Amino acid sequence: MHLETLAHGHSLPHRLDPRAKLAAAIGLTLATALGRGLPVELAALGMGIAGVLWARLPWRELVKRLAPVNGFAAMMWLMLPWRLGGAGPLGLGLDPLGLTLATDITVKANAIVLMLLALIATSPMNHIFHALAHWRVPDKLVHLFIFFYRYLHVLHREYHRLSLAMKARAFAPRTDLHTYRSYAWLLGMLLVRSYDRAQRVYQAMLCRGFTGTYWLLEHFHWGRRDNLFLAGAGLAFLALAALGLMGS
Amino acid sequence: MDLLRLTGIRFAWPEGPPVLDGLDFTLAEGDRLGILGPNGAGKSTMFLLAMGLVRPQAGQIWALGRERIEEADFLEVRAGIGFCFQDADDQLFAPTVLEDVAFGPLNLGKGHHQARHIAERTLERLGLAGFEQRVTWHLSGGEKRLVSLATVLAMEPKVLLLDEPTTGLDEATQARLEEILLNSELAWAVISHDRGFLERTCTRLLRLAGGRLEAL
Ligand SMILES: Nc1ncnc2c1ncn2[C@@H]1O[C@H](COP(=O)(O)OP(=O)(O)O)[C@@H](O)[C@H]1O
Ligand SMILES: [Mg+2]
Repeated sequence: MHLETLAHGHSLPHRLDPRAKLAAAIGLTLATALGRGLPVELAALGMGIAGVLWARLPWRELVKRLAPVNGFAAMMWLMLPWRLGGAGPLGLGLDPLGLTLATDITVKANAIVLMLLALIATSPMNHIFHALAHWRVPDKLVHLFIFFYRYLHVLHREYHRLSLAMKARAFAPRTDLHTYRSYAWLLGMLLVRSYDRAQRVYQAMLCRGFTGTYWLLEHFHWGRRDNLFLAGAGLAFLALAALGLMGS
Repeated sequence: MDLLRLTGIRFAWPEGPPVLDGLDFTLAEGDRLGILGPNGAGKSTMFLLAMGLVRPQAGQIWALGRERIEEADFLEVRAGIGFCFQDADDQLFAPTVLEDVAFGPLNLGKGHHQARHIAERTLERLGLAGFEQRVTWHLSGGEKRLVSLATVLAMEPKVLLLDEPTTGLDEATQARLEEILLNSELAWAVISHDRGFLERTCTRLLRLAGGRLEAL
């Protein structure tokens, strides 16, 4: 499972301090999510597009990551903008309120995903965890993130092994009771195994003297370019906030 | 001097039959013990008991000079006895190799610089120089095994307890493991099904069966 395909590159966004990127991402996505009106949404979309261009992310990956968002948006377009009793075909008419809502959702969602791709996906996950720890996010929470991420990989591999073992014994999913029961067993097995594993991991940590502290070895180097970037992100945030306030 | 001594140990997992019953085990300074025994005989369980990760229903555990009963007693034991789990995936949890290896030394109260230095030196000793920034969950099986050995060696223990360290290793990696062990001054007990490996690395072999240990 490769969740970090975009994390390695040489563009400026890749080289910025993850703390600067995390701060910018939180500010900009919040301003985008909360702002009202088309101007703020289009501005945010523009920023997102500029961001991924700046980070020189490969098109193929972008399409792959935007597809689920827009699949969801397409469903919204099927349901939201219509109302009964209009002059159009099938007796359906356009509902201006629904139309705005569907536009809102589509543009905002794309803008936010693009921003996150440019700012967050360009760092390996463990740098993001470290940025959180540097900000004095409680140790327990940081641990939780790390373990979740670490064992997501183990679980995924375990799932893969189990399902291969099932296939090796001629299992092919159908729509019948046997199939559902087999999947239920697979799921149950994963749960039991992850519980057992959690216990052993904890024991292994105790053996190494663990008492609840998350140690930081990596120290990021905050440079001039991070100051400049953060100043720029601050201006972008103010622009979005101003546009958002004008629209509401 | 005895580094580790289990006497008259009886142990059963909840709702299970007794796994160990009247087990005696002694590991003295300079001992290099190989432990054989059928699957499910209780070999791994014996190591869990020695580290204080589970408690026996009867019997005594002496380690590093005194009897160990409660969790607090075992904190010291874990600093002096290094335990390598059967599955390396259980052992590695930090994002990068360097952090994982430095985790033990930091817990032992070493400063950042010192811990980093110890970790780097340990990795180098195991031929893992250059692995510092590798992500632990992307390592191969053999690499995980060596890194998990590094996490334990970095704590500079007096004794190693290794639970099936050779499973899944190719010949070259196994030879490296043997070399690392034989070049160290440590005492150890190793569980393995590979009799050749045990004969090359150990001075005495024991067999666990029927809940007890017997000399081979
Ligand atoms: N965490 C556990 N919970 C319950 N039973 C266990 C647990 N670990 C091991 N056992 C049982 O204890 C017995 C001995 O296991 P183990 O010590 O792992 O054997 P070995 O390492 O010699 O193969 C087995 O029957 C096993 O099923
Ligand atoms: Mg075992």
